[in-house]
Amino acid sequence: MTMLEIRDLGKRFGGLDAVKDVSLDVEAGQITAVIGPNGAGKSTLFNLVHGFYRPTAGTISFKGEDITHSSPHRTVAGGIARTFQTTNLFDDSTLLENVLAGRIVRSKSNVFDAVFHTPRHRRESSINEDKAMEALEFCGVAEYRHDLASNVPQEVQKRTAVAMALATEPELLLLDEPAGGIPEEETVDFGNLIRSLPQRGVSVLLVEHKMTMIMGLADTILVLDHGQKLALGAPAEIQSNPDVIRAYLGSTAQEEN
Amino acid sequence: MRLTRAALMPAEDPTIMTLFIQQLFNGLALGGVYCLAAIGLTLVFGVLRIPNLAHGALYMLGAYITYFFLTTVGVPYIAAIGIAAIMLFIVGVGLERLVFHPLRNSPHTHHMIAAVGAMFFFQALAQAIWGADFRRMDTPITGELRILGAEISAQRIVIIVTAVIVLALLALFIKRSIHGQTIEAIEQDRVGASLVGINPSMVSMLTLGLSALLATIAAGLVAPINLLSPTMGDALNLKVFAIIILGGLGSLPGAIVGGFALAIAETMTATYISSAVGEAVAFIVLVAVLAIKPNGLFTKAVQR
Amino acid sequence: MNPMKNPRIIGTIAVIILLGLTPLAFAQENYAMRVITVGMCAAIAVYGLNIILGFTGQLNLAQGGFFGIGAYGVGLLTTDYDWSFWAAFVVSVIGTAVIGYLCGLIALRTKDEYFAIFTMAIGFIIFLVISRWEPVTHAHSGVNNVKFPEGGGLIDFESPVAMFYLVFAILLICVYTTYAIRRSSVGRTLLTIRTSEDLADAIGVRVGFSKQLAFAASAVFGGVGGGLYATVVGFIGPDAASIDKTFEFLMFILVGGMGTVAGPLLGSMIVTFLFELFQDFQAYRFIVLGPIIVALVIFAPRGIVGYLGGFVDRRNRRRRVEEARGADDDLDSTGASTSGGTGDHRARNVADGTESGAGRTGGTPSPEETK
Repeated sequence: MTMLEIRDLGKRFGGLDAVKDVSLDVEAGQITAVIGPNGAGKSTLFNLVHGFYRPTAGTISFKGEDITHSSPHRTVAGGIARTFQTTNLFDDSTLLENVLAGRIVRSKSNVFDAVFHTPRHRRESSINEDKAMEALEFCGVAEYRHDLASNVPQEVQKRTAVAMALATEPELLLLDEPAGGIPEEETVDFGNLIRSLPQRGVSVLLVEHKMTMIMGLADTILVLDHGQKLALGAPAEIQSNPDVIRAYLGSTAQEEN
Repeated sequence: MRLTRAALMPAEDPTIMTLFIQQLFNGLALGGVYCLAAIGLTLVFGVLRIPNLAHGALYMLGAYITYFFLTTVGVPYIAAIGIAAIMLFIVGVGLERLVFHPLRNSPHTHHMIAAVGAMFFFQALAQAIWGADFRRMDTPITGELRILGAEISAQRIVIIVTAVIVLALLALFIKRSIHGQTIEAIEQDRVGASLVGINPSMVSMLTLGLSALLATIAAGLVAPINLLSPTMGDALNLKVFAIIILGGLGSLPGAIVGGFALAIAETMTATYISSAVGEAVAFIVLVAVLAIKPNGLFTKAVQR
Repeated sequence: MNPMKNPRIIGTIAVIILLGLTPLAFAQENYAMRVITVGMCAAIAVYGLNIILGFTGQLNLAQGGFFGIGAYGVGLLTTDYDWSFWAAFVVSVIGTAVIGYLCGLIALRTKDEYFAIFTMAIGFIIFLVISRWEPVTHAHSGVNNVKFPEGGGLIDFESPVAMFYLVFAILLICVYTTYAIRRSSVGRTLLTIRTSEDLADAIGVRVGFSKQLAFAASAVFGGVGGGLYATVVGFIGPDAASIDKTFEFLMFILVGGMGTVAGPLLGSMIVTFLFELFQDFQAYRFIVLGPIIVALVIFAPRGIVGYLGGFVDRRNRRRRVEEARGADDDLDSTGASTSGGTGDHRARNVADGTESGAGRTGGTPSPEETK
């Protein structure tokens, strides 16, 4: 089933087309990757899907519904979560509190429930705690749950960001350079975490630079160049695509060295 | 603060035209005052990224210190304004160093609360020294000029002329002088500017001092028309904020255009509708702008 | 942690009990009773400010205005229109809620500085209306002879003690509500907005809506405090709606601690007490208060409860972090095994004072504490 349908998407800033005529199908249960050099429009694409930016052209639909002009909190409520390139956590809170924040969008109890300590409130609090713990454990950072977000290593922060996103119970997770800043030794572990997401019912759309990671992870790869689609296909196809090789794999290999 | 209709020569009957001309000049004079006050505030926002809620209080202090030098010490009017302006410049620098600088990395609510604290301090000071009652400041500038059939008080002419001169000097200063250029540089790109050796601290101090100086000139010019009181800065404060939000936080041209626009709107509605509406115009504008475009009308891409 | 052992809860309850017992000490001294009761009215308004400023991180400079609306609502309705206190009070509070909601419609879309400036304008407008609209509000003459609450034959509210407990009861509701909000997802939502609106938005928080609700709540608390204030003092003037009042509230919350449960109460009572102590210097009050507020914001923005609570939280966190780590020796820098009874843990952690693990106990506060 096609989870996310992007059709002829475009975003223009002033005179510049950051993204132009991009079409993509993200299939359920799969890991789809978007690659391309810096400035190719990858983060812009994410921002468009997530709702931070409004497209100037094209449409986006998620599970059949048009989300082209949805705002971030509506897309999250609808089942799309995202992480950011620069880790975005609530610095002054513990990891557990951060992930609990992810549960807000799924919490229905309001002030009255809180004040009167209604059964719904108690039930939800318990569910939230459980789900938050589960997300933390799934991402392998449960032991840091009482540490302040600003006090843990970069990799733990990145995993927590994923846990926070998972806490919103998404069906699609947008990962924006999830392995950025993570030492080489850890990327394998991180890759495993990402690979385990579809089994959990979370389809993945990710942006990454690290080619080895992508090749081992992705089911489908979209290559962007100057905001436009250069190639789309399975890793093997992409690797052997002469345009891609010429333009990107060569330079990315250099980046990685 | 409201400029009321100037006294008319008894022998004249106001025609529609003369009334209009009169109010136009009232509006222009008021606009000059608002501009001078607004420019400083918008610059502070552009450079420090802070809404200086104490700006109105600086304006008020400027008026009182001018008053002090004019009446108590007996210095000529222009000189009194000048001395007061310099003193307030120092006060502005002090405010930056003691209040805003320590809070530069704190949440935005903190420096606003601190500004409120400074505002109260200045008001309490003025009240303690000069009392809470209204005071008159008499200007040596008397007489009227006759323009297109209308009698315009000389004071207002002086205000308009002075405002234009000061604005021109300021523009020159910002565009031509090194110091002025640093202000512009920091406004546009704080990080970049510091990379080329511009000291943000110096620029912050300069800007805040300048804003106090300009506000003082405005206050000194208009004080003879209105009365002085420790709370005279309160209404002005909000109006000036309305102006710079209207014109765009950090935008000089916006402050100038906004200042004149609001002043003329105020004066005209006060004359032709009612004085109550005239007073309310600024607030209506403020609320309307925030309701429609919550981040101001012409937001310059002020970098955060 | 067992609530009964939580120092914060114990502390808060202690303060409440102490406060509740003051009539015993001051029963015969009407003036003292009135001062304390007025202080509690202010505390109620400060609890409102706590929600919008302490939890949500938005500076509401109109709180004095809402206090004034509450006061004038009760004042005018009971005098000029001869309503009963209770009817006037209810209508007054509803009125404040409506006005707060309407202002909140704009507030919900404005950010940071714009929000503060907007509320400053609102507060100013309210003050202008109250102080100038002579026919309705009596302008500077004020309102006299505000009615006492009707006791239905059971309670005589003309007695200061009865009045005290009425306000005290409502104050308790405020404290409890704040506590309930704090530990629920509602509180969590507000705190995310305080820390980072953008991130909150990105994880699905309805930022605008939450801000609007918080603002409306703040207005309601302000109105309740104001309405009670009117009946406690019996006469009110435009100063009840002035920026001075807002300033007072800011003072109270800074001293007590923003974003805490006990802070507003503690701050209000302590500062009210200090004001009384230095009564003779009334005229020079603001000369000193201005710099004090600046100093507080620079050096002690978290307030008394904030710092005390922060201390408690750090201790707790050290313990919890170790427990969460389990018996993982790599991360333990105290040199000894981290397993063992909780009692040992705490003693060791507090005693050696060193940082555990990877330098955990930095000065950054968690939302359990304040900003």
